[in-house]
Amino acid sequence: MTGSSTLAAPSALTLTSVGKSFHGERAVDDISLDLTPGEFLTMLGPSGSGKTTTLNLIAGFLSPDTGSITLDGKDITTIAPHRRGIGVVFQNYALFPHMSALQNVAFSLEMRGVRRKDAQRQAHEALELVQLAHLGKRLPKQLSGGQQQRVALARSFVFKPGLLLMDEPLGALDKRLREDMQLEIMRLGRELGCTIVSVTHDQEEALVMSDRIAIYRGGRIAQLGTAEDLYERPSNLFVADFMGEANRLEGRVDGTTFTGEGWSCRVPSSAPTGAVHLLVRPENTSVVSDGTSSAATGLSGQVIEAIYLGGTRKYVVRLSHGGRFEARTSARSGPDLTVGDAVRVQWKPEHAIVLPAEAS
Amino acid sequence: MPLRHVALGFVSAVVGLFLILPTLYIVPLSFDASSTLGVPSGQWSTRWYAELFTERDWALAASNSLQVASLTTVLATALGTALALGLRAKTRIGVMVNGFALAPMIVPAVIIGVGMYGMLIWWGLGGTLLGLVIAHTVLAIPFVAVAVSSSLSQVDPDYEKAAASLGAPPWKQVTKVVLPLAAPGIAAGALFAFVTSWDEVVVSIFLANTHSRTLPVLMWTQVRTEVTPTLAALGTCLLALSTLALAAMQLLKRNK
Repeated sequence: MTGSSTLAAPSALTLTSVGKSFHGERAVDDISLDLTPGEFLTMLGPSGSGKTTTLNLIAGFLSPDTGSITLDGKDITTIAPHRRGIGVVFQNYALFPHMSALQNVAFSLEMRGVRRKDAQRQAHEALELVQLAHLGKRLPKQLSGGQQQRVALARSFVFKPGLLLMDEPLGALDKRLREDMQLEIMRLGRELGCTIVSVTHDQEEALVMSDRIAIYRGGRIAQLGTAEDLYERPSNLFVADFMGEANRLEGRVDGTTFTGEGWSCRVPSSAPTGAVHLLVRPENTSVVSDGTSSAATGLSGQVIEAIYLGGTRKYVVRLSHGGRFEARTSARSGPDLTVGDAVRVQWKPEHAIVLPAEAS
Repeated sequence: MPLRHVALGFVSAVVGLFLILPTLYIVPLSFDASSTLGVPSGQWSTRWYAELFTERDWALAASNSLQVASLTTVLATALGTALALGLRAKTRIGVMVNGFALAPMIVPAVIIGVGMYGMLIWWGLGGTLLGLVIAHTVLAIPFVAVAVSSSLSQVDPDYEKAAASLGAPPWKQVTKVVLPLAAPGIAAGALFAFVTSWDEVVVSIFLANTHSRTLPVLMWTQVRTEVTPTLAALGTCLLALSTLALAAMQLLKRNK
């Protein structure tokens, strides 16, 4: 292969106390991030939480009011976007409608003064990487959504940026295509060897693709960590709720004992004390018929919904002291309960997530 | 068909005729042998066309009109497009500039005519084609700016961001991406500019002398002095030209 196929050196990106306000509203508030070269970071959060603003600040489409951004140790805070050399995939792809797919991909090379012939060849190779070399002559409007997405990808990496930004890259695709593209983007990320920052509000997408996830809330990062960290060890209620379903109980912890309304259970010694929320994921919850020998512990209640979901069963239990509890059990090895059964819900102490109660 | 539809069709036809009849009326007049416009004799003649194409005044005026309109189109399209581009960022100064630039649409042409007359004489451009070009450009800029602005507002700002992320400096973002996407608006603006200059009469009367008069000015002078059907012949020619141009535009649109 020729020199054009050499890989990009992945970039290191650092954001230090970056802040940005619009009309007096803090869109991004004191964000600090540190990406190691080659890392795939997803910014996840509800709309308006500041993740896209962060992306625009990194790309240079916005300039921060406070803080600094460095790329490979170089301060780029005030550098114009066209001098940053960062690849960007836009939410609506933003393919130039008056140029063919190949021209779109070759654009960045021509801007860099690459000879026309070489630019066309490299653009063609980039389209080959996304399996679209045969459609290079088509205009964007003659391509399907998934094909446009691939062209947008090829266009963003053809000039070998060390850092690739993606704003809801799969938002406009249907579910099946989205799952294919998730794997495709991961493959490309590995092959190209670039650092990737992606924005999404789809937590499944974040779980599948990322090395680390930054959960955004109100312009701040609520928690930054691996998918496992966030799911198993959320540091606040927002993250716990955002990353999947959880049953929530309120009470107090003294030592290793949680006391709720008229019942208590054991919690790990690492749990915070005082007023807390106790969370249990549905898949960590087991349901047993009341009256069996193992039914001495847990919370009593009554099954109000029993749903067969193929591999699993979902039970919704109304607790005797009020409130509802969801459990997901294996369809094969779990109990076969029906609506109206008196049951107890149980979980292992180490599966309880205990978070200090917050004033919200 | 219900009566309501018949009545609507009838009214529409009458309104349509009312609008188009004065224009069509000049066609039979131009082929009439009578030497006074508006007093038909009923006899067929192509004499007025012969006169139109042989008399030197008309040829000169047509050449003047074409030169002025072409130059005006180029200047007004360039300046109007630049204005529209500059006004995309709605700054306070921009809003003021916008107001001034669009003023010729509202200010009575007579006033502009008087002002231009004085200023062009002061500049030593009185009675010149260049003077006419300057005046017509002032009149045409707002039409271009409005057409291009509406076209630009349809261009997603993400295209510019995309171009920037791909390494295009600001002026290349504009020339390679924004302007090509605003091309329909620019073409429409250019057409407006040409037409504005081509049939401008009020301001031109102030500025033109016998050597620099444009077709509309000559037509107006002829009506004042010798009311011959040559005017009707010219009118018929211009009508044919405009009809052709309009048909061509529709065809272009359909092929798109």
